[in-house]
Amino acid sequence: MLFDIEVNGKTIKARRGDTLLMALERNGIKVPTLCHIKDLLPSGACRMCVVEVEGRQGLIPACSHPVEEWMRVRTHSPRVVKARKTNTELLLSNHPDDCLYCERNGNCELQKFAEDLNVRERRFYGKKNKYKTDPSSASLLRDPAKCILCGRCIRVCEEIQKITALDFIGRGNKVQVGPAFNKGMNLSSCINCGQCVMVCPTGALAEKQYPAKLQDALHNPAIKTVIQCSPTLSVTLAEEFGLRPGKDLEGVMYAALRKLGFDFVFDTSFGADLLITEQATEFYNRLKSGTALPMFSSCCPAWIKYAEQTHPHLLANISACKSPQQMLGALISNHLAPGSGIKADEIYSVSAMPCIAKKFESQREEMTHKGITDVDLVLTTRELARLIRLNGIDIQQVEPELSDQPYQSRSSAGKMLAVSGGLTEAFIRTLHFVITGKETSHLKVQELRSTKGRKEYFVKIGEYKLGFAVVNGIGNIEPLVAEIKKGRTDIHYIEVMACEGGCVGGGGQPIHPENDHVKARAKSIYELDEKESNRFAHQNASLQDIYRSFLKQPGSDISLMHLFTTFEEREVMQ
Amino acid sequence: MQATLDEIISRYKAGSREALLPLLQDIQIEYGYLNEEAILKVGQHIKLPSSKVYGIATFYDQFRFVQKGRFHIKVCRGTSCHMHGSSGILREVERVLNIKEGNTTRDGRFSLEAVSCMGACGSAPVMNVNGEFKTAISIPDIALIIDHYKNTI
Repeated sequence: MLFDIEVNGKTIKARRGDTLLMALERNGIKVPTLCHIKDLLPSGACRMCVVEVEGRQGLIPACSHPVEEWMRVRTHSPRVVKARKTNTELLLSNHPDDCLYCERNGNCELQKFAEDLNVRERRFYGKKNKYKTDPSSASLLRDPAKCILCGRCIRVCEEIQKITALDFIGRGNKVQVGPAFNKGMNLSSCINCGQCVMVCPTGALAEKQYPAKLQDALHNPAIKTVIQCSPTLSVTLAEEFGLRPGKDLEGVMYAALRKLGFDFVFDTSFGADLLITEQATEFYNRLKSGTALPMFSSCCPAWIKYAEQTHPHLLANISACKSPQQMLGALISNHLAPGSGIKADEIYSVSAMPCIAKKFESQREEMTHKGITDVDLVLTTRELARLIRLNGIDIQQVEPELSDQPYQSRSSAGKMLAVSGGLTEAFIRTLHFVITGKETSHLKVQELRSTKGRKEYFVKIGEYKLGFAVVNGIGNIEPLVAEIKKGRTDIHYIEVMACEGGCVGGGGQPIHPENDHVKARAKSIYELDEKESNRFAHQNASLQDIYRSFLKQPGSDISLMHLFTTFEEREVMQ
Repeated sequence: MQATLDEIISRYKAGSREALLPLLQDIQIEYGYLNEEAILKVGQHIKLPSSKVYGIATFYDQFRFVQKGRFHIKVCRGTSCHMHGSSGILREVERVLNIKEGNTTRDGRFSLEAVSCMGACGSAPVMNVNGEFKTAISIPDIALIIDHYKNTI
């Protein structure tokens, strides 16, 4: 039901049951927020969204107050602005003054508050926090000194991802955010998804960077540098350069990377095609023998860590395939390098991913041979964009190029791994071929393209009636696991992506306060699939060449040696 | 005989979050402090992640995370004691024992805690060693008091 309220002297429509903030936002009136996360219950802790309501003595937090018919609101009165400014000044009073050295310089919500509210002098001198950084995680760098205790990371971890690795520790002016016992993140139940990084307003949580060697390697003629780019990269990189969200920069990105000095530029979509082909065969074998079903997907390293620590009894049900990054990484070290006469220590293999868990994955012991990693360095989308800027490349002036042989071609199926449900769609296409020997004509599966937390799709392929489930965000997995434990058997394949929306919503993506470009990125991937000439992973021409010359067939001994892995139970502080 | 951790935990229903504080209190009464094992086990029992249990336990001043010493010293930092210079008293105890507030000496003999009020405001500043009150103390007294307990077996 709609009713009128008065805001800043004008009448606007408000909906019963809404908060004041929702009513204001719906009418295009912007009120700054800090601790607020859209779609979660308000916490009302930061007092940034306070407004003046006539007849009320104190200022009222818009995020947590229901809108009522009698209200006459002032959102930017001198009293309100002064309160917000004082809040900001107090937050700044114990904040380290090292913006110039901070990861988030220029993209920091605290900086923006200070700027917007015109904070130009220091009125409060607080004792600076002297907390140490926590470098223990392979993916995440935690710097509690920069934390302003908004609590958004805690809430995302607990309420959306349902991991709860972080909480407030201590009380009063000694509060900080950290894992249990304030130990290292590597010992905690953190799955490295990076969603906390995406919501952190400051530089208190960021990806772990390993920058030193890359620039040297790029300029050392004795070292061959290789880069592979996640299927998601081409549709996100544009945002970092101020272009339209979702704009596909595939060819431009390859050209830019060559200008950076990479000797080989590949698309991880090739690895994705390889994964789908191998996994479809693996699945068909399980289906025939009726063992280890339902099969879970294995390409999300955050999900893998979650399974290892929370559901070790499910490990046998997870596909033994490596992720696309590690599959292509293994091919680069074991196929490309020997084939081009490059020694193992002369190759520097880099990947660019929308994910920080991939950093952890690349360092897993299972992914190394005699201590040498297949993928030596993982960059996030943000780090790659920074590298491109560092090297003075104007992305708008670059002419598109193709990626390199021998892994040049890709199908749009491989590209679909970027979105939640995309892996399953691509998987069904290839599975149809593996089971029946024919291509399916039903390519677009609308049921798998929604933004729901759990998607299910049932289809008959050959003689098999199969059920596919997609878990969109790790927070949605527990109900499904419970159903399976209770004896549900109509689901045969389960795709799990730890981040909502799939990799397009990953923790290594560009950070915007609104985080609202996920849809545009996904749309771009689906459009690409519509236009593509090859929409089947197993029809990838380069892939077929590799099978002829090296891997022989899916599930061959060579495949098993290089493309498959194992998982093991993991003890963490649950 | 001391009740084991599992015995204490089994007094409360599994999965009931409202048991959290009573459970932590029972464990602290029995052992004098909360260790990692206790926090992890409590979390598993009432189905609460250990980060939350630790977060809540650190919120309350009553919980300790370091084992108490044989002599547990409480220094009052309430209003009346503060007016009578208890911050200097606390600093002096820290100096003499060479530990910070909240910790225990390496030999396990002394532990130090600052408390808000012990209800002896008329005799401020006060401190308390294993329940024994020391009233209207001054900074030079501290070393003597601690020496006294050092020589007690």
